[in-house]
Amino acid sequence: MNTPDHDPMGEPLDEHWVDPEIIRPYVVTRGRTQPAHGKFDLISMALAIGPPPGPEAGLDPEHLSILRLCREPKSVAEIAAYLDLPAGTIRVLLGDLFDRELVSAQEPQSEVDMHDMNMYRAVLDGLRSL
Amino acid sequence: MAFDRSERPRLPTAIKILVAGGFGAGKTTLVGAVSETRPLRTEEILSDRGVGIDDISSVEAKRTTTVAMDFGRITLGSDYVLYLFGTPGQERFWFVWDELAEGSLGAVVLADTRRLADCFPSIDYFERRGTPFVVAVNCFEGARTFELDEVRLALQLNPSIPIVLCDARKRDSSREVLITLVKHSAKLRVEPVAP
Repeated sequence: MNTPDHDPMGEPLDEHWVDPEIIRPYVVTRGRTQPAHGKFDLISMALAIGPPPGPEAGLDPEHLSILRLCREPKSVAEIAAYLDLPAGTIRVLLGDLFDRELVSAQEPQSEVDMHDMNMYRAVLDGLRSL
Repeated sequence: MAFDRSERPRLPTAIKILVAGGFGAGKTTLVGAVSETRPLRTEEILSDRGVGIDDISSVEAKRTTTVAMDFGRITLGSDYVLYLFGTPGQERFWFVWDELAEGSLGAVVLADTRRLADCFPSIDYFERRGTPFVVAVNCFEGARTFELDEVRLALQLNPSIPIVLCDARKRDSSREVLITLVKHSAKLRVEPVAP
């Protein structure tokens, strides 16, 4: 993106200007880069569970966006793409929701057995019926 | 967790397939041809220091890089979801490939006969890592139709590795490539041939 060399008041920006595209993810997570719990990879699936939380839950708009998106199962990669945030940021926010028992989430590879013939059959059947 | 496991809703099992190949070989085209949505894009922010950044004032000094990956989704009934990830092209992002390849079903290496050498790094990578893969020769309009044996020879491909022709713009053709890969991966992993 283009980095403006003046702020909105017309003052030149100094060399400490940092691209807002880079800052936003850190603001959203309040500087955290690792989720409190859970190790989510790009295809870890998440599903919202329980009743929608009220304002007393103290969630940020991004948390609520994730809960809305995850009414149907979505992967970390999809949530990141739809919310236009880096995958790392989504991992942190998902960790918060997981902690509060607002999402059910799958840790990476915990359920995929690459030696399971039934999995290969199901995938082949699914692809053939596309 | 306070949840009784049996009461928790069942999540589908996510499976990933990588789509690799040189720049312009048609990775995103193939992903889009079989995916149920337009190709999506996800980004990982990387820094020289890796994880554990806690001070945004020095983000710039750590030369933050964003790696973008295009991907698609195919829902296979209620039990499985298949994700297709286009691998980031630049070789300096090998460690992103490692994360993608970990736990994957396998990979499709797209070859463009006008620039065959462009897919050598992908083939080397999956061979070294032991990831099951197939080579799909993308037949671009106007490109010379190569005999598959010629391509196999040029790529010095092991005879056990499937190689197929495809048109990455077409859904049926791209689907056949995926079916070839799933069969190949199942053969390698479920019925291993005794040495």
